[in-house]
Amino acid sequence: MRAARVLLRPVGFAGFGLLTLVLLAAAFGPVLWGGRAAAVDTGNLLAGPSAEHWIGTDNLGRDLFARVLVAARLSIVLAVAATAISLVLGILLGAAPMLLGRRLGRLVTSAVNVLVAFPGLLLVLFFAVVFGVGARGAALAVGVAGAPAFARLCHTLMAAVSERDYIAVARIAGVSRIRVLLRHVLPNVAEPLIVNATMAAGGVLLTFAGLSFLGLGVQSPSYDWGKLMQDGLNGIYVHPLAALAPGIAVVLAGLAFNLTGEAFAAVFGLGDLPGGARPLEEPREPVAATPAVPGTVLSVEGLRVTIPGPAGPIRAVRGVTFALSDGEAVGVVGESGSGKSLTALAVAGLIEPPVRVEAGHLVVAGEDLMAAGAHRRLGTSLAIVFQDPMTSFNPAHRVGPQLAEVSRFHQRMGRKAALARAVDRLRAVRIREPERRARQYPFEFSGGMRQRAMIGMGLMGDPRLIIADEPTTALDVTVQRQVLELLAEVRRDTGAALLLISHDVSVVTDVCDRVLVMYAGRVVEELPAKDLRTLARHPYTRALVAAVPDMDTDLSRPLAVIPGLPADPVHVPAGCAFAPRCPLADDHCRAVAPALVAGVACHKSTEVPV
Amino acid sequence: MKIPTSGRWPRFALRRAARLLVSLWVLVTAAFLMIHLVPGDPVRAALGPTAPADLVLARKQELGLLEPLWRQYVTFLRHLLNGELGVSISSRLPVGETIAQRLPATAQLAVAAFLLAVAVAVPVGVVMAMLTRRGRGRRTELAFTGTNVVVGAIPDFLLGVGLVYLLAVQTHLFPVAGRDGLDSYVLPVLALAIGPAAVLSRIVRVEMLAVLETDYVRTARAKRLTSLRVHLVHALPNAVTASLTLGGLLLSSLVAGTVLVENVFAWPGLGSSIVSSIVAKDYPMVQGTVLVYGAGVLLVNTLVDVVLALLDPRSAIGES
Repeated sequence: MRAARVLLRPVGFAGFGLLTLVLLAAAFGPVLWGGRAAAVDTGNLLAGPSAEHWIGTDNLGRDLFARVLVAARLSIVLAVAATAISLVLGILLGAAPMLLGRRLGRLVTSAVNVLVAFPGLLLVLFFAVVFGVGARGAALAVGVAGAPAFARLCHTLMAAVSERDYIAVARIAGVSRIRVLLRHVLPNVAEPLIVNATMAAGGVLLTFAGLSFLGLGVQSPSYDWGKLMQDGLNGIYVHPLAALAPGIAVVLAGLAFNLTGEAFAAVFGLGDLPGGARPLEEPREPVAATPAVPGTVLSVEGLRVTIPGPAGPIRAVRGVTFALSDGEAVGVVGESGSGKSLTALAVAGLIEPPVRVEAGHLVVAGEDLMAAGAHRRLGTSLAIVFQDPMTSFNPAHRVGPQLAEVSRFHQRMGRKAALARAVDRLRAVRIREPERRARQYPFEFSGGMRQRAMIGMGLMGDPRLIIADEPTTALDVTVQRQVLELLAEVRRDTGAALLLISHDVSVVTDVCDRVLVMYAGRVVEELPAKDLRTLARHPYTRALVAAVPDMDTDLSRPLAVIPGLPADPVHVPAGCAFAPRCPLADDHCRAVAPALVAGVACHKSTEVPV
Repeated sequence: MKIPTSGRWPRFALRRAARLLVSLWVLVTAAFLMIHLVPGDPVRAALGPTAPADLVLARKQELGLLEPLWRQYVTFLRHLLNGELGVSISSRLPVGETIAQRLPATAQLAVAAFLLAVAVAVPVGVVMAMLTRRGRGRRTELAFTGTNVVVGAIPDFLLGVGLVYLLAVQTHLFPVAGRDGLDSYVLPVLALAIGPAAVLSRIVRVEMLAVLETDYVRTARAKRLTSLRVHLVHALPNAVTASLTLGGLLLSSLVAGTVLVENVFAWPGLGSSIVSSIVAKDYPMVQGTVLVYGAGVLLVNTLVDVVLALLDPRSAIGES
């Protein structure tokens, strides 16, 4: 049973245990200690703690410990009753759009929205006036005051459920509204409602204690925890425990409800649990340090990126070696999950722990990224264009200052000069009216404009390398073309090298000089871009190229796909990772991983007809 | 801050003002109806069963309860617009006068507590997010969330009692009750602020953690700014924007929370007077106090929305 799992969590265990104790006290307290709690001992008035009276006596000499235990019943019963009232009223109000039809329902919903804006205690006081002072009035007041919050919750939950097909079917079949609500909707929202009601009961308990404490709730001679506190507060100088003990009882009982609710929420998967990724425990494999190749803007040797995961470490990049000469354009292609984006982020030095980056060497624009430090020079010598232009600008700042920040921070420019440069750069990336645009917020830019502004941000410095991670994937086709042309133009003007990550073979062949093909965290083939379509030797590269439709593709036949699924990065096979999907694979392929030799990592590369 | 001249600000102001007016109308009408919703004869209940019948009748006449409901409503609205809130049944003093006398004490308490809560919660939340980010500092995280849940579960009046015991009864550092000098503010403000500070710091931490994983923070890191600048200039404004919505709710519940705390500390504010007038069935007094509290809450909510719109212009174009 799913609910049983609640007990396996520390929070659930504590909450459930505490709740059981509180409920037991409520059930048996008055029976077991009722006599003791009422026994007047005139010789022992307002006594302090003693062996006989653990937390002392009140002004009539009655044992306070017994009174706190006995008060559990009234406190709990009133809290549960008030919660039940809130729940029932809340369900009725929340279901109003379903029961009363659209127009009346909307009226109820907006009334609920207005009421929710008022804090609970204010509503409680209002209804306390209406229902009068006393336990019954207070229960009604707290119950009614809690209804709007439940109504809001029910409305949200039910709105989600009532969209579903089976509700529509039931409606069309002529099932009455009340029956739809009871048979189809309520059972589907019951879990979150119960969880919330449990937590609300904890809050109601505290509110009730507050009301009784104010003298608006339970009246003498009855007493709940709040009433005991009120009686105790006057004597706090002489006898502090008399006020503190019932207070502690209230907090414990409140926590019991809250923790139980939280634990149920976690088991039902309602709350968001913090990520359960375990830190990497396995020893690091040593990577031999190698010197960088001179004359290159980017040089990486044996790059590995490892992500800790609940099912073991994910080896997303497994030893990638390549270099970019000054001004060269290199494309990296591969399916999703091939590790190409992580390679780009690792090369940009933007991967943070617990994800681990290792390499023999990793030198970008003269900065050794494997050495510790802030690598501040990369702020001007490396430009990065990210995949999603919609989320890559800070929504809280205007576009101009976001660009200007680079110059202000790295080039020590003044605010005005930096902003002028930002406007100039925006003009350089063909943004119209750059002065006005610089004063706007990112959300006022279209996707293509934001991507151009992002390129402009890279141009604030003097980039030697541009890393573009799927820069056109999130854009529509016409805008894609403009952004690619802009990138080419920028390269012409600045002489910067380009590392272009893309899953789109045609984009890469258009823009780049050289192509790296990645599969399951490794480079499987490296070849000049112009040869990609015709001279590829790796079966994966050929399949990838074949899967791209062109003008000659016969549209009456299904489009070509690569059979099978990409390799699972948690369980990479021992041999060639592509073997399970490869038509040429044999036992040798499945057993021994091929090395990248003469531009291709394939045992069968000689067998592939070119 | 310079407000852009495009059309979304007037539209936002209009929509928000309309919502405020509707809410105020609901509040005023509810306050008016309160006395009519009381079962039985409210005036008889207020004056007690031994009061002579003609006194009850006279008092009803005075309260205008003998006229038709709609005329009472019109009179009530007219008086309200002139700032007249009626006369207290028990003290025979104008309600407006009593409220004006007591409101500053309550407002001081609420504002001081809110400022303290924010001043504590934001740095704590940010530092905790930095310490516990991406599975780091598991123990710190556990200790923080654990204390937070427990502290957040203790209602303000209980905290008040506990503080009185620890800092007034045991150590005589601060006065037990009353409003006399600066040190008398310490305990009530603490009692009010601790709970909201706990809740708010938890929210700030969670929001900060979420913001630190966003693409635009990665962009900021790609600019190779200092870690301090990434956190404070790029992450914090966004985290605070998201936290502010809930912070506003906290502020309005804080306004209401003064009722209980004032009673613990015998604070001469509205909170102690509303309770005594509910017990005494002094309906005009309760009516006036409810109106003031409710209007305070609504104004706070509106203010929060405006601040939110200034900080994050997107929220101004969002639907209500």
